[in-house]
Amino acid sequence: MSSDMEQGKIIISSDQFQLTIRRLCHQILENHIHIEDLCVIGIQERGVLLAERIRSELVEMLGDQPFKYGKLDIAFYRDDFRRRDTAIKVAATDIDFLVENKNVLLVDDVLYTGRSVHAAMAALQDFGRPRKIEMLCLVDRRFNRHFPIHANYTGMAVDALDEAYVRVQWKISHGEDRVLLFSGKDQ
Amino acid sequence: MSNSQLSTKHLLGIKYITTEDIELIFKTATEFKEVINRPIKKVPSLRDVTIANVFFENSTRTRISFELAEKRLSADVVNFSASSSSVSKGETLLDTVNNILAMKVDMVVMRHPAPGAHHFLSKHIDANIINAGDGTHEHPTQALLDAFSIREKLGEVAGKNVVIVGDILHSRVALSNIFCLQKLGAHVMVCGPATLIPKHIDKLGVQVEHDVRKALEWCDVANVLRIQLERQDIKYIPSLREYALYFGINKKMLENLEKEIVIMHPGPINRGIELTSDAADSGQSIILDQVENGVAIRMAVLYLLAGKRG
Repeated sequence: MSSDMEQGKIIISSDQFQLTIRRLCHQILENHIHIEDLCVIGIQERGVLLAERIRSELVEMLGDQPFKYGKLDIAFYRDDFRRRDTAIKVAATDIDFLVENKNVLLVDDVLYTGRSVHAAMAALQDFGRPRKIEMLCLVDRRFNRHFPIHANYTGMAVDALDEAYVRVQWKISHGEDRVLLFSGKDQ
Repeated sequence: MSNSQLSTKHLLGIKYITTEDIELIFKTATEFKEVINRPIKKVPSLRDVTIANVFFENSTRTRISFELAEKRLSADVVNFSASSSSVSKGETLLDTVNNILAMKVDMVVMRHPAPGAHHFLSKHIDANIINAGDGTHEHPTQALLDAFSIREKLGEVAGKNVVIVGDILHSRVALSNIFCLQKLGAHVMVCGPATLIPKHIDKLGVQVEHDVRKALEWCDVANVLRIQLERQDIKYIPSLREYALYFGINKKMLENLEKEIVIMHPGPINRGIELTSDAADSGQSIILDQVENGVAIRMAVLYLLAGKRG
């Protein structure tokens, strides 16, 4: 792991990380006056880690959780099932509410090709017809999109080659919150 | 890292899959159970997959369960039964299935009276094969849903005492259950009249008991099987009435036990023979949970086999 860290370039340090989360939460609150209509939904698995942080930060700011919160697994909706070399890992979906007429905020750590968000929007249809779907990501790799999808809230935009790899590390799993950029996918 | 795909391309029997495979099927089935309890109970995973349900033996619940699982995965489904097919005109199994596959079918769910029919087929065709029962040999999805239901009810399977009561000799459910429960670490006992217990079954590491009361005292779970008269070419028991008297389970027997045990049955139940209605419909029975879990387990098996790579 240490060699990975040496090779990766830190693009969001742990100091910046918390500021970025806070800024994103302020932006969410700014755009959602009717916070009770907001549904924050993390995309399994790494998006959920970010969504948890967004949730706890919002709760700290508001002193309460007036919005809905859920986790969405997109394994059954992916467009590369039976087309990719490796099997898709299945995780839990935990959404105990309908998104009918609600404002949904999808959360993922890195927005890359847009295929995960596309699958997530397909999956969301099974929980009702939302009024609006927004997207939040920590890192937006905006030049690598396969679909016409964009993020409404972005921690940082990264213009990297397709071969590059972005890894978000979390305090709970890596001891520190930060985002690293690697030059090759194999790292 | 936990594995995310099965070790096998076919589900021929529990004997041929690993404990890790069973755990993966259970994990995936848990997520499918969440799906089938949503207002919209369907996912698009298998929308480009065609599945043939080929049944050379009668089936109601297994067939409906598989068909529902396939439809909830958005697969295209074709149903085929021996009575309405060219099998009655003398066509071989391989010819029948090859003809179906020529119509671009990706997976075959088959029930066949001959033990090992699926093995034979798996050596000759390219599609994924799922055993929905082969004679008196195996019925793997039933065993998976039984063990999954036990885990759901009791928290875990490992260390639990499970007795399988009834016609063990003719039961594919019994054999698959023995393999599955043992792989998951349960202690297994079989209980029934001596004529309906296969010789040397103790070699599989199961206990044998002929007194149903003692068996019930020992167990945490009783999986009660039907007397399969249709498979019995000779008389194995003097009469159903006598069987019911010695091996039938009723509510009073359950109430007299020191602990509350779980009652299971793969169906169809012969009420009043192996189980009385008050026992089958009691709070201890998880028979209808088994049916619900059957769809989730079959969705998981189909999904994982369809997604198997390499």
